[in-house]
Amino acid sequence: MSYAGVTPTARSRAMVRESRHLLFTVAPGATWIIIFLVLPSAYLMGVAFMTNGPYGLPEMPLSLESFRRLAGFGFLGWSPGNLYTLLRSLWQTLVSTGLVVIVAYPIAYYISTCRAKWRPIMLLLVVVPSWTNQVIRTFGWMNLLAPGTPLSGLAESLGLIAPNMGLYPSNFAVTLGLVYNFLPFMVLPLYAAFEKLDTAQVEAAQDLYASPVRAFWHAVFPQTLPGLLAGIVLVAIPAFGMYVIPELLGGGKGMMLGNLVANQFSGGANWPLGAAGAILMLIATFIGLYAMRRIGKRLGGGEEVVI
Amino acid sequence: MNDTLTLDAAEASRAEAAESTREASSIEMQGLHKRFGRDTVALDGVALVIEAGEFFTLLGPSGCGKTTLLRILAGLEEADDGRLAIGGRDVTEVPPHKRSVNTVFQSYALFPHLSVRENLAFGLKMRGMPPGEREARVAKIAEFIKLGDLVDRRVDQLSGGQRQRIALARALVNEPDVLLLDEPLSALDAGLRSQLQVELLRVQKRLGMTFVFVTHDQQEAMVMSDRIAVLNGGVIQQVGPPREVYEHPANAFVARFMGHDNLYPISARDGDRLTTSLGELTAEAAGEGDLLLIRPETLDLLPGEQAGENQLPATVSERLYRGSHAEYRLEVGETTLQATLNNRGRRLPEVGDRVTVKVAPEDLVTLSE
Repeated sequence: MSYAGVTPTARSRAMVRESRHLLFTVAPGATWIIIFLVLPSAYLMGVAFMTNGPYGLPEMPLSLESFRRLAGFGFLGWSPGNLYTLLRSLWQTLVSTGLVVIVAYPIAYYISTCRAKWRPIMLLLVVVPSWTNQVIRTFGWMNLLAPGTPLSGLAESLGLIAPNMGLYPSNFAVTLGLVYNFLPFMVLPLYAAFEKLDTAQVEAAQDLYASPVRAFWHAVFPQTLPGLLAGIVLVAIPAFGMYVIPELLGGGKGMMLGNLVANQFSGGANWPLGAAGAILMLIATFIGLYAMRRIGKRLGGGEEVVI
Repeated sequence: MNDTLTLDAAEASRAEAAESTREASSIEMQGLHKRFGRDTVALDGVALVIEAGEFFTLLGPSGCGKTTLLRILAGLEEADDGRLAIGGRDVTEVPPHKRSVNTVFQSYALFPHLSVRENLAFGLKMRGMPPGEREARVAKIAEFIKLGDLVDRRVDQLSGGQRQRIALARALVNEPDVLLLDEPLSALDAGLRSQLQVELLRVQKRLGMTFVFVTHDQQEAMVMSDRIAVLNGGVIQQVGPPREVYEHPANAFVARFMGHDNLYPISARDGDRLTTSLGELTAEAAGEGDLLLIRPETLDLLPGEQAGENQLPATVSERLYRGSHAEYRLEVGETTLQATLNNRGRRLPEVGDRVTVKVAPEDLVTLSE
């Protein structure tokens, strides 16, 4: 905005009006974020650098003890348990996100090719399961995968699992639960990308001697990349911090970082250690987001892929 | 920025002609039918031969089937029935990526995630040309179409005219047997459009390539084409050179589409004497048909009322001054007649003037509804 040709008092009045306008529009959101995100995060940061008290509550003095514990150094020397948990979290995130992409991509494409009147219904079918509580759905999987169920019987007869073990609890059950849970978060952004697909580009690729496979790779895939990256972020970040699914389907050997953190605030009760774990998750998430951004820029040919 | 450059046709065409050893290809279509859904007929038995090296235009209103026909030539659409041969080879069932035919799309359809250079090289890359040769070809076409300094840009940094040029170059670089152009200039403003019309025409003449051009603009079609096919309702109405289509339209649809309004039913006919609502007129070798066509530019206006053969008394009811010429609306009794005259002399007929309309017998044409 330009204030040229306006008297100084009028100009300052206009600036006051503008800054007041800014204050009113930004204030509600900013207040919300400060109270529910910035302050708790700052508190958590502080807690992570405090000492663990007798009842698991943080006490003075400040120390790096909880980070030492997190890194695996305990009373009995170093143990790899926490490192395994971190690696398992990363692995589960990677595998389940990859599987979600593989399952969601054809679904999203298929829905986009349906008649316009069917598309909202198909999307609804994808989304409806997530209207049920996540705990209930996960309990459902427990019943499906438990020892003695038809699915477990099938896996047994194929020699995939030891007799009477059941498919649950296991890392496999956790992966399955994650894929099932996060599928809609990948289908929706991919569908949005497919829906506005510029088919002329696909035809141009075919016209320029690209076989169907190459036309897909050079003209369809790049157009769906923003949706794909958005979906990966929507799936990978919550999957990495997932608590309920590994808790219910994973058993003792399926624990993920989210469970490690949650346990420090409940049963095991070591708030500083839990806070340190939360900070580790935050750092890992930011590294992941940064990597995604770089990948997006590379594949997008310099085109900004907004995450 | 390059929009204002034009091709220096004369000197380059000699060099190009010496280099180009490619034979242009003819196109033969037989009984092409295409239907969308249950009751939309896009093409209803199109048979057409396009000569090698011809600038051929498919002209018609939207929905006439011209774009469908072009897409069938490209292989992007499959005909329900009929045969198609390009360069003597039957390609009816050949998929688009195996046809030596390239298209300039209406929306240009450039790849936004690739640079201009990568866009230009796309077709060559898909055909497996080694990188060195590819770059040489791209550099050559970039120079040919005068966009040398744009090749490292991104597509979204280009103007409409530049994109149009890139789309053309991306197709031409493959040296296809036939180039298809789907309303390539329709997104451009009038000035740039007429400039690119001339450029496109020169490119075609230089390369001697067969061009099939789709447009709904009859002016554009007449400027560019060696021959025009006028389509309506999936049926070819007339095929011929621009002058023939404009001056001797095959039927009332073609006449109206070419911009003619002066069409009058012939109520009686006695040899060369035709009776219409305008009065009696003498036509020379007017041909068959029950409609009289009077092209507005064939009329002459004489001051006052003068009797004579093919001279009709009229009143000027409207005048649109257009600089080089003016368009007049004349009332001959109850009937309206449009006339276009060059602006010569001191005095132009004014609205309300009594004038005499004169037309030469050889300029009158008859046609059928």
